[in-house]
Amino acid sequence: MQVTKESKMKQEFIITVYSENHIGLLSRITIIFTRRKVNIESLTVSESAIKGIFKFTIVIEETKEQVIKMVGQIEKQIDVLKAFYHTNDEVIYQEIALYKVPIEPIYQSNSIEKIARNAGARILEITRDYVVIEKTGHKNETQALFDELNKFKVMQFIRSGRVALTRDPIERLSEFLKERDAFLDSQNE
Amino acid sequence: MENKKIPGSEAVILSLIEENVDIIFGYPGGAMIPIYDSLYDYNDKIRHILTRHEQGLVHAADGYARVTGKPGVCFATSGPGATNLVTGIANAMLDSIPMVCFTGQVGSPLLGTDAFQESDLIGITMPITKWSYQITKAEEVPEAVAKAFYIAQTGRPGPVLIDITKDAQMGMLDWKYEKCTKIRSYVPEAPVDILKIEEAANIIDKAKKPLLLLGQGVIIGRAENELREFIEKTGVPAAWTLLGLSALPTEHPLNVGMLGMHGNYGPNLLTNEADVIIAVGMRFDDRVTGKVSSYAKKAKIIHLEIDPSEINKIVKADVAVIGNSKKSLQLLTDKVKENSHDEWIKEFKKCDDIEYKKVIEKDIHPTKPGLTMGEIVRMASEKTNHEAILVSDVGQHQMINARYFKFKHTRSHVSSGGLGTMGFGLPASMGAQMGMPDRTVFSVSGDGGFQMTIQELGTIEQNKLPIKIIVLNNNFLGMVRQWQQLFFEKRYSFTKLHNPNFIMIAKGYGIEGNKVDKREDLDAAMQKMIDHDGPYVLEVTIEKEDNVFPMVPAGASVSDVMLEP
Repeated sequence: MQVTKESKMKQEFIITVYSENHIGLLSRITIIFTRRKVNIESLTVSESAIKGIFKFTIVIEETKEQVIKMVGQIEKQIDVLKAFYHTNDEVIYQEIALYKVPIEPIYQSNSIEKIARNAGARILEITRDYVVIEKTGHKNETQALFDELNKFKVMQFIRSGRVALTRDPIERLSEFLKERDAFLDSQNE
Repeated sequence: MENKKIPGSEAVILSLIEENVDIIFGYPGGAMIPIYDSLYDYNDKIRHILTRHEQGLVHAADGYARVTGKPGVCFATSGPGATNLVTGIANAMLDSIPMVCFTGQVGSPLLGTDAFQESDLIGITMPITKWSYQITKAEEVPEAVAKAFYIAQTGRPGPVLIDITKDAQMGMLDWKYEKCTKIRSYVPEAPVDILKIEEAANIIDKAKKPLLLLGQGVIIGRAENELREFIEKTGVPAAWTLLGLSALPTEHPLNVGMLGMHGNYGPNLLTNEADVIIAVGMRFDDRVTGKVSSYAKKAKIIHLEIDPSEINKIVKADVAVIGNSKKSLQLLTDKVKENSHDEWIKEFKKCDDIEYKKVIEKDIHPTKPGLTMGEIVRMASEKTNHEAILVSDVGQHQMINARYFKFKHTRSHVSSGGLGTMGFGLPASMGAQMGMPDRTVFSVSGDGGFQMTIQELGTIEQNKLPIKIIVLNNNFLGMVRQWQQLFFEKRYSFTKLHNPNFIMIAKGYGIEGNKVDKREDLDAAMQKMIDHDGPYVLEVTIEKEDNVFPMVPAGASVSDVMLEP
């Protein structure tokens, strides 16, 4: 079999894992990456649309070949239902960033409205000391806003892990679960 | 039995009985006392073997699992007891051995407080277990144990660990047991795709130089007969991996010998001549493939494998058949045409003749005065009519064992393949003997590995296990010394051993023994050991600087296999 050049090139991949909600599973998944000395760029875990099933969104930079192997190792974990991998252009994804900026310089510059409007950001809280701004977007976008706001000396900044949806019309997980249940029942007959 | 209130500790024992466990390898300690107390009442139903060290018990459970196919069951206490299992669990993980380990744990209110004998076993063993679970409430016991047994022995088997806190052992529950038959997130074996079978059959039918590589998956899948039917119908020669040994009789006309770094000349050399490779239940370990980029380049690869993550991991498969080896081979045998490959098999015979003249003859019929490992191992095999179980430690003798011991029955070779664990042999032989009490079991170790778990002589004596223990003594860590000789200009850095009097040690444990230095004494001494009723240690002084050949040097291609230095 021929190995394509593309599969040997490192690029950003989003790995999505659906799993049961069991203690320790996060560790079992992350050691698959650490064992191969692959750095996790971003990791988000939360309950999926189906109660009790959790969704991991993991961003790494690797070759396609390696990603396929690691997804295989993830799926091998007993409590993992299914794992997928996607390139950035195959999914719709966002990150959220929060910025705490001192009120005084912003107030004086009179530019907060313009900055927020241009960046599509919104203001969450204003106090006598600071204003908290929220922006969702890709990393380069949230970073651009940071650079803009940092003129006023950003007091605190946080960016979340990535969340992503595939372009499929439906979440395939419930279908998958039905098929899996039927299959396992048939194996036991 | 329903709705009876019992403590968690008793539920552990009753769960084991429900899972048809008849033997536990264990070592008690503070965090396991309630479980051991419950075990006291079930002595008539379950046998417990007290070893001398937890590493001994975990390897014994491994040896038991390998010869019986049933999961080995381990008990160890929290902290050091549990951490002493780690090597054995890693060993079982790499070799896909079904095992269920129970470790005691401090009471749940103390978790995470650095309590006395607390260690995070779930955390420590995560990368080396197929699954693990911490029980903190008595009522979790039946379901967790049922799941553990199901996971350990289905699909690609492996070790699982149940960590159980002391309060969970002492808490009460309503006893009810249900075996686990499915887990939503776990597919032990996928159904075989018949289209892939057809694709594979087409390739096999057209092959001129096909070679089958048989791994332990054949033994785990209990597919020995199916394998035989397949090769006999197609006439395809079969080479075995280290862990595939004994899946086929050694003397089967289509058995062309062992693959790998110290395997036979023919299967290594001709891997790179084959036009089709049919890999069954094996994972292309680096010791088998040598340099991957020049491995089997002329061949289409057909990979029959139960674990999807093994497909394309090392060697890209042209056709991957995922599923249980028994089913896959059955379906494949139905589809392929009857065939024979006499000319191709003659090439293996030619290689065999070369290997015999250059290596084997010197190994088993030596003319120089020093005793060789090969002649000793072959003699043990012949004197038991090739019916015995051979348990190996790790090193030069392990390769010699694999090369010169012959097998008639499956599950007769016990060896630490993936992890290469020195000290594995002696304790594993205890489990093998307990699993197969009516068969002769040889434990063959070198002087290095023997001393890593020598304390298990105590367990062997206490349980009157009639193991035939052979210690091949060259006063060296022989395999490392061989590499130092061949690749590091004979700089024997810390490989020389000053050994104790092994026979005196054996006698101190109440075990008979004898030491042989000369060839003329070997036959009688071997016979005496075999005839002896009970355990016996035979130490043989062997040539100090003998090497194992053939050899595929690390990083070289399999076709660069060397017959001599």
